[in-house]
Amino acid sequence: MGIGIRIEDLRKVYDTPPPMAARGAGFAWSPGRGARREPKKKTEVVALDGISLAIRPGEVFGLLGPNGAGKSTTIGILTTRVKPTGGRAFIGDFDVWREPVKAKRLIGVVPQRPNLDFALTAREILLFHGAYFGQSVRERTRRAGELIEKFKLADRADHMARTFSGGMMQRLSIARAMMHDPEALFLDEPSAGLDPQTRLLLWEIIRDYNREGKTIVLTTHYMDEADSLCQRLAIIDHGRIIAQGDPQELKSSIPGGYLLRLRFDSAPEPLLEGLRAIEGVREVHSSDHVAADVYSDRGGSLIPAIVAAAQAAGVELRDIHIEEPSLETLFLHHTGRSLRD
Amino acid sequence: MNWKTFYAMLQRDGHVARRNLLPMLLQNLLQPLLLVFVFGRVLTSSGMMRIGFKDVLLPGIMAMSMILSGVQAVAMPLITEFQFTREIEDRLLAPMENGWLAMEKVAAGMIQALVAGMVVIPAAWLLLGSGVHLSMAHPLQFAAICLLVALCSASGGLTLGCTIGQTQIGLMFSLVLAPMMMFGCAYYPWSALAAFPGLQYAVLINPLVYASEGLRGVLVPQVPHIPAAVVLAALVVIDAALLTVGLDRFRKKAVS
Repeated sequence: MGIGIRIEDLRKVYDTPPPMAARGAGFAWSPGRGARREPKKKTEVVALDGISLAIRPGEVFGLLGPNGAGKSTTIGILTTRVKPTGGRAFIGDFDVWREPVKAKRLIGVVPQRPNLDFALTAREILLFHGAYFGQSVRERTRRAGELIEKFKLADRADHMARTFSGGMMQRLSIARAMMHDPEALFLDEPSAGLDPQTRLLLWEIIRDYNREGKTIVLTTHYMDEADSLCQRLAIIDHGRIIAQGDPQELKSSIPGGYLLRLRFDSAPEPLLEGLRAIEGVREVHSSDHVAADVYSDRGGSLIPAIVAAAQAAGVELRDIHIEEPSLETLFLHHTGRSLRD
Repeated sequence: MNWKTFYAMLQRDGHVARRNLLPMLLQNLLQPLLLVFVFGRVLTSSGMMRIGFKDVLLPGIMAMSMILSGVQAVAMPLITEFQFTREIEDRLLAPMENGWLAMEKVAAGMIQALVAGMVVIPAAWLLLGSGVHLSMAHPLQFAAICLLVALCSASGGLTLGCTIGQTQIGLMFSLVLAPMMMFGCAYYPWSALAAFPGLQYAVLINPLVYASEGLRGVLVPQVPHIPAAVVLAALVVIDAALLTVGLDRFRKKAVS
């Protein structure tokens, strides 16, 4: 049986640029500056702004949000790589920042960018990883062999990992994370940069692993991935959770479910009133003066009424785009921005 | 403390070192041995240096190789592994406190420094030809100095490796290592600096001074050298300081 994961009021403020954005690292040596050196401006970046979550044992949980929303920071804190500014995180019963060694035993981590040990071959990476976790020679040899087969790395298993393509590195990272058979598996953007075929293989592997009762936490900004893989989701934006629940539940929370994105030559208030009056329309938002987002319980059948409303208001309909109920529309509904913005 | 993990990591470093054995040997030993040949053989046999210079040179070269190889064995991989790709993360995620990973790196560096030192003695002795008078009267003192020098080089490597970035490796060589080699009393005894009183005391912050003088004291006691007690005390203090700073920097670098 997998283990539960809990985070309470987690905050993270970076006073230097987050690790991904940090330049060079090390001592800043700036030649030619005299004694009147200006004090460095402190740039504070709030990555997490009080996040609380409870992930149940044995579920596939997704953190969904655009780049920079705080997904990787959340995963980083849960996997002992990022120290939180405030709040607590638990893997099973262990406070990640009080008993990191016990927490580390229970987790497997697939980072956003492969952090493979480039001085080793693929097989050695798995074998040494097993050794770090105290596996016997026999056990780690067997398990490494199985994973190499499963991840279709057999023909390159004894090549140096630094010569691998991006997709192979990603597969090897996942194999490595599974090597010590962790109770909880964290995957940060696991399918970024994978071809569709490998992506399906990955989804299958994740589902298989979950069937063994393991807890899986993944971040993604692909809606379809979250939709088809995750049993529950939290949508994160600007370091806050804006919605959580199972994908169906979340989708049905969007008023009406359908979203019609309309563009006019202008969108005055009488037009918006006219759109709101159409039967089936739940909400109408307009952020600028030419576009309107219409949430409704039906899609294409509204078009004649929309055209009529436009004519009545004396404006011209320029473009119309219908989105079926999806997590994308959900994100848009909560943040006013598209996931890809 | 999880010794299984610690040992597995040591094995990993050993494995990588064995794979890179030849380039590593060349990197660590070629330069000192060339120095031995040119200074100890060419210059002495041509009469430009006195024969006694061979005795001065050998311990200094041994100290220099130990310091260089220990620093490089720890600092260079750390600099790479903490970069952009964060290769070190697979070991940071292993079930062991992060500080012990730093200790493992130091242990691996010490082993390399000791091997380098042990290889230099016979190699240099062969290269120098006749006229070298090595003493082995105090094996325990010799062992203690070798261990302290190895620890010094490895923890120095830890501190450097966690302090500078990939783009500053060139600077590390020209600003830190080069002056250290020149003012480390490797090519001359400390007493030879008596003509430059300011410099003579300034170089005392350089750990290589104690390494060279300490080895000189045990291997060629007939050459003037700093007393063993001073050397041992200074090395202990320097080791403790470098290790403390290095561990602290490593811990800070390990988590963001």
